[in-house]
Amino acid sequence: MNALKKALGRGEGAGVLPSLIAIVIGLLAGFIVLLVTKPGQALGGFTAILTGGIVDMKSIGQVLYQATPIMLTGLSFAFANKTGLFNIGTAGQFVVGAYAALLVGVKCTFLPGALHWIAALLAAMIAGALWGFIPGILKALRNVNEVISCIIMNYIGMYMVNFLIKETIYFSLKNQSMPVLASANMPKAGLNTLFSTGINMSSLNSGLFVAVIMAVILYVLLEKTVFGYELKACGYNRDAARYAGINENRSIIISMAVAGAMAGLGGALLYLDGSGRGFNVVDVLAPEGFNGVPVALLAMSNPIAVIFSAIFVAYLSVGGLRMQLYEFAPQAIEIIIAIIIYFSALSLLIRGAVASLIAKNRERRGERGNKQAEGGDTQ
Amino acid sequence: MEYIIEMSGITKEFPGVIANDDITLGLRKAEIHALLGENGAGKSTLMSVLFGLYRPDKGIIKKNGDAVNIHGPGDATRLGIGMVHQHFKLVHNFNVLENIILGVETTKNGFLEKDQARERVLELSKQYKLAVNPDDIISDITVGQQQRVEILKMLYRNNEILIFDEPTAVLTPQEIDELMGIMRGLTAEGKSILFITHKLNEIMAVADRCTVLRKGRYVGTVEVSQTTKEELSEMMVGRKVSLQVAKPVRQPGKVILEVSGLTVKNKQSGKNAVDNVSFNVCEGEIVCVAGIEGNGQSELVYALCGMTKADAGSITMNDKNLTGAGIRRRGEEGMAHIPEDRHKHGLILDYNLAYNLVLQSYYSPKFQRAGFLRFNEIYRYADTLIDAYDIRSGKGARTTVRSMSGGNQQKAIVSREIDRDPKLLIAVQPTRGLDVGAIEYIHKQLINQRGKGKGILMVTLELDEALNVSDRILVIYEGRIVADVDAKSVGPQELGLYMSGSRPDGVKKGGGAQ
Ligand SMILES: Nc1ncnc2c1ncn2[C@@H]1O[C@H](COP(=O)(O)OP(=O)(O)OP(=O)(O)O)[C@@H](O)[C@H]1O
Ligand SMILES: [Mg+2]
Repeated sequence: MNALKKALGRGEGAGVLPSLIAIVIGLLAGFIVLLVTKPGQALGGFTAILTGGIVDMKSIGQVLYQATPIMLTGLSFAFANKTGLFNIGTAGQFVVGAYAALLVGVKCTFLPGALHWIAALLAAMIAGALWGFIPGILKALRNVNEVISCIIMNYIGMYMVNFLIKETIYFSLKNQSMPVLASANMPKAGLNTLFSTGINMSSLNSGLFVAVIMAVILYVLLEKTVFGYELKACGYNRDAARYAGINENRSIIISMAVAGAMAGLGGALLYLDGSGRGFNVVDVLAPEGFNGVPVALLAMSNPIAVIFSAIFVAYLSVGGLRMQLYEFAPQAIEIIIAIIIYFSALSLLIRGAVASLIAKNRERRGERGNKQAEGGDTQ
Repeated sequence: MEYIIEMSGITKEFPGVIANDDITLGLRKAEIHALLGENGAGKSTLMSVLFGLYRPDKGIIKKNGDAVNIHGPGDATRLGIGMVHQHFKLVHNFNVLENIILGVETTKNGFLEKDQARERVLELSKQYKLAVNPDDIISDITVGQQQRVEILKMLYRNNEILIFDEPTAVLTPQEIDELMGIMRGLTAEGKSILFITHKLNEIMAVADRCTVLRKGRYVGTVEVSQTTKEELSEMMVGRKVSLQVAKPVRQPGKVILEVSGLTVKNKQSGKNAVDNVSFNVCEGEIVCVAGIEGNGQSELVYALCGMTKADAGSITMNDKNLTGAGIRRRGEEGMAHIPEDRHKHGLILDYNLAYNLVLQSYYSPKFQRAGFLRFNEIYRYADTLIDAYDIRSGKGARTTVRSMSGGNQQKAIVSREIDRDPKLLIAVQPTRGLDVGAIEYIHKQLINQRGKGKGILMVTLELDEALNVSDRILVIYEGRIVADVDAKSVGPQELGLYMSGSRPDGVKKGGGAQ
């Protein structure tokens, strides 16, 4: 626990405690909603959602499997956030990444073996990076608020991908994209059989490794490199960064591109999971994109912590499935899960807002100092 | 003796430091009580304890003889205690009135009741001669005016014990005089004032008594009328401090910085904030830009170090034209800059001390290899600077800069910029918020740098500093250089006249400029 705390709280003086408290608040909120809506089934349903993710090996596999794409969108949001940017464009970056991966997966039949899925992932990252790059460059050169341009890019991305799928890789019977070649799918690496219950295999694949490796890379990038020093400097205090001769425009652009690449990769890993999943041509923004936001918030934008917060969110979705045993409708379950997730994230946000409100009257450094007194001594 | 506030045995420990160690302080009714001590001596901490921001580990606070518990600023307000912080706490996009009533708003049917509040604010501002316009947005008004807003905030809450934490550090000499007048007026109305300052002159001028702290300990309390500046500074530092720096004679060398026809427009008004300014700085010379705040000093400095673009004119350093060069390029050509606003530009408060000390050099081969930061080197380097400049903090190089005392934050910046070994050092109010010992040290450093043949351009609002340290003084008024005089041949009166624009004609040619 202490080691974990140290890893997560490093340099921020914060630690993992606030996130845990936030999660408890979220769970309480969810439970209250259950109590109000279905008092009789509330306890059973709540237990189901809490334990559903670990009832058997397959469930654990499913949790990790579902965590993979939101881990990447979470990383996307978190990384941009470290540079002081609010990347709400993860949904758009996610779908263009997904499309690029599908296109390579369906069309590039000439690519042999492993090269095929690697190429698909790279294509997804490039497409996602482009989708992040555009709001980045608008912000840097024209001072366009990234929230607005990201939202616009979300819609452009969604409609464009729907259009392109119909033009290039459409499977009209199912109103979906065509299935990708087997070689384009992420290798299972034995994970599906490792995490299985009897003959019921989970959908887990090596995409999880890709996501975890990305988290580690981003962590190292942020905490250990000159580049990360500059990015965080821009995020903490843009004026001081400028004063120190740091090229803030470059930092903004690169940060958004990297963030976009992560979300794009998330899109690829969702559709290259080997389940034959196709991209449904519907006018809905990808929910995985937005789920990255609470994942990142819960992790307080620490890339390593994102791994765990993504697993937590996925854990709730898997557990939620079991709530159907207690006669909860799937929509209701989704709502409950959303309530838990967003209450957790919100309580962190509110905590921040309250803290800064207090800071108007209260010495800010005192707050920080005391917090350090609690968290810092473990080092 | 009757005290309105009595603090006894106050102890407060932070990780790594005992900020207050068994401190005693008695405040009499209607007195101005100064609190003096080195940077990091624990003054702000002690006042934060009184204001309820920190809970003391030990100690008792009494008001009018009764022990009180102060658990937060709310309690303090109820007891009539108000505080103006070292770094103001105003909401920048709110207007003056909104800031004053923030937290004690009266509402009617859920709507803000502003008219009554406005009347009261206007009344108070008239009664205490604190001129403000209730509708001005905070970010548009000067620091001096912001301070008045802070004072009005306290008065609006009917506070009778007023804490001023280094109120004068950010003010111009004129504003300081005004503030002192206001403070006297307040005590005449029966308010009691605790006043933190590093400027002994101010203590001698307004304070009745003075309590001195050193390294978190109580040294003593003296009647100001029965003491001298020298005695006070000795009490505070524990040794004699020379308030006058020794400055060996030195012939300026070749021109290092040449500014000609520099013009910077104000973005909003379109007027020239810096108006056709030409001057130069030579090797081994300290040139001071003196003037009343807001006469173009900031804009001039921003243009010199590349933070804004000049609209006309040229900047040449070491025979290289740097007019259009970026900030980093200027730094690499040997320009260092101690900025005016340490929180806005000088520091990244959420980075630790070591990270801040390499803010200008983190990318150099010394501190990185193949793009990776060399933490061992960074922390070792930070430790050497911390030793050399006596930067005090709780956890050394790993202290989050936000938790450091104001003066020590300033020392961190000064050490970083001097240690870059620049050819030209631009120092904007380098000693703002420093104690006399630290000021002496920084002044010596500047003179040392001069001895090494560095050119130094110092911007200061303080006449004493301008006259003491510099070789040549440029007086800036409404964006123009109205005087260029030898520091030895000019007195404070004459300088004051130039600064107020009363002698706009007399551009004399001083020493270094060829
Ligand atoms: N919140 C905090 N957390 C940790 N250390 C702190 C905190 N606040 C103050 N300190 C430490 O306590 C000591 C006293 O600080 P304080 O701000 O009271 O000094 P000060 O006398 O006001 O100095 P200055 O004149 O520089 O403003 C310093 O060493 C400082 O680093
Ligand atoms: Mg202080």
